[in-house]
Amino acid sequence: MARTLLDKVWEAHTVRTLPSGQTQLLIGLHLIHEVTTPQAFQMLKDGKLKVRMPERTFGTLDHIIPTTDQTRPYADPLAEEMAVHMIRNMTEFNLPLFDMSTGKQGIVHVIGPELGLSQPGMTIACGDSHTSTHGAVGAIAFGIGTTQVRDVLATQCLSMAKPKLRQVRVEGALSKGVYAKDVILAIINNLGVKGGVGYAYEYAGSVIDRMTMEERLTICNMSIEGGARFGYVNPDATTIEYLRGRQYAPAGAAFDKAAAWWKSIATESGAAFDDVARLDGAAIEPVVTWGINPGMSVGVSQRIPAPESAPEPDRPTFREALAHMGFQAGQPIKGAKIDVAFVGSCTNGRLSDLRIAAEVAKKGKVAKSVRALIVPGSQQVAKAAEAEGLHEIFHAAGFQWRKAGCSMCLGMNPDQLVGREMSASSSNRNFIGRQGSPTGRTLLMSPAMVAAAAITGAVADVREILR
Amino acid sequence: MNTTDYKRRQMTGRGIPLPGNDIDTDRIIPARFLKEVTFQTMGEHVFEDAKKQNPEHPFNSPVYKGASVLVVGQNFGCGSSREHAPQALMRWGIAAIVGGSFGEIFFGNCVMLGIPCLVASQADLELLQREISRSPQSPVAVDVEKQEVRFGDRTIKATVPDGPRNQLVGGTWDSTAVLLEAGTAIETTARKLPYVAGF
Ligand code: SF4
Repeated sequence: MARTLLDKVWEAHTVRTLPSGQTQLLIGLHLIHEVTTPQAFQMLKDGKLKVRMPERTFGTLDHIIPTTDQTRPYADPLAEEMAVHMIRNMTEFNLPLFDMSTGKQGIVHVIGPELGLSQPGMTIACGDSHTSTHGAVGAIAFGIGTTQVRDVLATQCLSMAKPKLRQVRVEGALSKGVYAKDVILAIINNLGVKGGVGYAYEYAGSVIDRMTMEERLTICNMSIEGGARFGYVNPDATTIEYLRGRQYAPAGAAFDKAAAWWKSIATESGAAFDDVARLDGAAIEPVVTWGINPGMSVGVSQRIPAPESAPEPDRPTFREALAHMGFQAGQPIKGAKIDVAFVGSCTNGRLSDLRIAAEVAKKGKVAKSVRALIVPGSQQVAKAAEAEGLHEIFHAAGFQWRKAGCSMCLGMNPDQLVGREMSASSSNRNFIGRQGSPTGRTLLMSPAMVAAAAITGAVADVREILR
Repeated sequence: MNTTDYKRRQMTGRGIPLPGNDIDTDRIIPARFLKEVTFQTMGEHVFEDAKKQNPEHPFNSPVYKGASVLVVGQNFGCGSSREHAPQALMRWGIAAIVGGSFGEIFFGNCVMLGIPCLVASQADLELLQREISRSPQSPVAVDVEKQEVRFGDRTIKATVPDGPRNQLVGGTWDSTAVLLEAGTAIETTARKLPYVAGF
């Protein structure tokens, strides 16, 4: 019987079936950051446990670090304490940490693929829901909680149930001004924010096939926003070329052997899925969220829907969303005024995202009323962008060019919305309070659309600016 | 391993209704309270912003103080993987959650803490929420083993998938010891993987 990548990777990593019926799944790569791990290390110490395979865990600092002045101690004593704990734990257990001094620090889901740590056929876990990002290279990657981080540290394993598999096919050709971010927002709008619960998503179809690795990372990143804990793309020539020469990727003869194995784990033709969903890529226009979850979105030319258009049980959330955002049903999303523009995050903080934003930034100047931040996803992204002079383009247009980190994606550092500020953001969550202010408001969109909003002062159609 | 104390067959307590769908973990515990290296203070901040914005929020109401069975809507606990969310609920006093569906990572985190999340129909949830608001002092019995919830003279169906149910009922949800039992099979499995063997 033809098998899927999920079948093959799951089987290869199965240590045994547990008495509960769950799988004891071996974790090939464990990534950690400062926010979801101090308690796990404490549990390890309390239980007098060792790290089972220290060579399979890597850490970074990303969530709490300031993106302006990074000299230690940090101005925020709580952030400083978290950094101290992270560094101490990594040293004590002899685990590698990509801190600022390495030149390789960055958002955990940016540096994993960038360093070649994340590879096809692996199981990858991290105490962070956007671990699904790494599925773009053909891995089974998923977010876990802190107690599970303890389990991975102590046993290199997790107790897991194998998910069902839905193939999400996007066919056709994307029009100009439509990016990977628009595709994944359209998928989530289509299948719903809980449509993926219990599923892994295999992204396929001609649109996905043609995508670069960075675009696929954007797609897989937001699987969890559609409820799917896992999302992946089958490894192909794009994957292999992406990994060639990366620091932790195999080198020389081993690379060719690895490439052969990577190809062999892809889903075979004729394999069966629990479900298949199809989307027409040509029908997707630039997408903007108008509500308080990532499924509440419309095309930029459309109007904000009325609660009555939603199924009965969702209407209270619709009303809450309109009230929180200060929008009226039937209002066009285009023209909605913004106060803040943020390009960055593990969804859209890579070099290609910054290039697109810079292209748009060249067309104007940040509107007077707007505070605009560009936050690269990693030190390496920042370096590459500076080598191309992107930072100068941003400066000239009135954008702030920051240092790498999660920044305003979740506002655990000083980069936060203030009061009811409205933000155009390339990040992944528009939940109430997500960007640091309990009453702050978030409009999710592509980096190009964020840059367009920044120079317009309001939600704009980037296709008109790039024309 | 002695699992007696860990068995989560059934629990009885007062209920607290929290209507609404897609309540995410940022709502349950805003990120600014994550700047802690322990979970100890999480209970104080559960639904902090939601409570401030809505005086009627059930977690504000003295009537529900001491409740332990939380009854929610669809897709509860979606979003961020932060275990701080179930930790905050647990430290506030929640011991079991009944809802229409749950964010998957949140569900798993709850299992790891021995908090069962049971799935009931929308109609039954609404009934249960109504009953609790009408009679907040009445006990709600959550039976994980039988997969039902009992209150007053009513019994509703409330399911937990086999794997987690076995873990909860059997007392093996605190999984490190169980995983360690695999012994060298862990290394044997690892060695067979081409990327561990070095291709
Ligand atoms: S960028 Fe945002 S979503 Fe990504 S890891 Fe950081 S906080 Fe989480």
